[in-house]
Amino acid sequence: MSEHIVKSFDDELTQLNAAITRMGELAKTQFGAAMVALRTRDAKTAAQVIRDDVEVDELERDIEARAIRVLALRQPIARDFREVLSALRVDIEFERICDFSANICKRVIALSSFSPDEWVGEIGDLGALASRQLDDVVAAFNERNKEKAITVWASDEQIDDTYTGIYRRLIDYMKSDPQRVPIGAHLMFMAKNIERIGDHVTNIAEQIYYLVTGSMLDAPRPKGDKSSLDQVVSHG
Amino acid sequence: MTSPDLPLLATTGTVSLVTQPPGISGAATIAAQPKMAALNLQFYYDKFHALKNVSLDIAEKKVTALIGPSGCGKSTLLRIFNRIYSIYPKMRAEGDVLLDGDNILDPRYPLNRLRSKVGMVFQKPVPFPMSIYENVAYAIRHYEKLSKAEMDVRVEEALRQGALWEEAKDKLRQSALGLSGGQQQRLCIARAVALKPEVILLDEPTSALDPIATGKIEQLVEELKERFTIAIVTHNMQQASRVSDFTAFMYLGELIEFGETKAIFENPQKKMTEDYITGRYG
Repeated sequence: MSEHIVKSFDDELTQLNAAITRMGELAKTQFGAAMVALRTRDAKTAAQVIRDDVEVDELERDIEARAIRVLALRQPIARDFREVLSALRVDIEFERICDFSANICKRVIALSSFSPDEWVGEIGDLGALASRQLDDVVAAFNERNKEKAITVWASDEQIDDTYTGIYRRLIDYMKSDPQRVPIGAHLMFMAKNIERIGDHVTNIAEQIYYLVTGSMLDAPRPKGDKSSLDQVVSHG
Repeated sequence: MTSPDLPLLATTGTVSLVTQPPGISGAATIAAQPKMAALNLQFYYDKFHALKNVSLDIAEKKVTALIGPSGCGKSTLLRIFNRIYSIYPKMRAEGDVLLDGDNILDPRYPLNRLRSKVGMVFQKPVPFPMSIYENVAYAIRHYEKLSKAEMDVRVEEALRQGALWEEAKDKLRQSALGLSGGQQQRLCIARAVALKPEVILLDEPTSALDPIATGKIEQLVEELKERFTIAIVTHNMQQASRVSDFTAFMYLGELIEFGETKAIFENPQKKMTEDYITGRYG
């Protein structure tokens, strides 16, 4: 876009954009490291991700402060308004993705003395799906590319379907031996965290669409997570 | 900025073309019944072509804001709506401006009737050098013969509609020149509504006022639109977005974009509009 007559307004928007770009890269780094920690069951890497979450929180607050400042002092409208509003919203989505990454790492540490190899592989594959989605949505955001955003938005179902499969198999895994429940619960939360990351990626995609077009994506969101619909059968 | 294109309709809701003139696609029309409509309007200050083929509807009992950089023709357009230009030589308008379907540019349309139907308030408050009461009564006397009691009622009613009654009721006989700028502007609005017009034209009515006085005028506009059709020229983008239902963006004498205010300020369709309202170079 062309420049504002008031140059400092451009400077503030540029700095805000740089901060949110950095937040996207941090989210990719944190989630990527969490997946490495999971696959290699590396407690050291996991601990580093948890420590680095502090940096994420600081950046989140910094972006929030910058965005509020622009809203309060510049009263942006039209595309400028959507840029600032999107920064505020996407900031929160990235921060949540980092929170889930840190939570996965806590569970990696908790499971580090166990060896549920097949599950680590399955959950790792689910993570790879989410990781691709996250990469794509960060690229879509940086490029302000609504087509890429729509592609990401429509692909969340695959993560949901994969998660639902893992959920059902994990229930069977736990049912077959009550001793497995503590491990199974951790694995279940890890898978759920990844599925939730997919949802946050979808939220970001919706935000990109709004940022670029000024309209909301009003089609029904593709939902593939059927685990909440499973009937609980009482054996009592 | 790129060269102006045909006006584009930006909307968030349903829009139907009501008075689309022939040969113009995407003309600036509204779903609601238009109280006034400019059709293929051209205006010249002698040889200077100030308005170029402007077609625009002014919705009944709604607020329409005219925005654009200085010299874009927005005030000119407003002044055509009550034919005030006709007092100056070498100015001429071509095309039609309809008020309830009648062409007010037709010389046979009585000026007196037009001025009683279309009131105007200017940028700088212009109270007459007489009492507050007389400021309002003076205009009414020009059109109607009322008894003292009837006139008292009309003056009070007008001052109430101008949101000035509470502040002025105990000093009606004092000079209007003693009022603050904001009060004087509300007096001018009261004077305009005293004639029971149907349309009120506001030409940058708050540009000389502080934020509190501005807020009072904006609140007043919100109340007045229940009874009157309002067109307002403003340089204040936030004011246009706050008070108006429809917004027209003009540039170099052309209507660039017209639509519901929400659409114009959230998601304008033309880059020129966006550049202007967001404070950018073209």
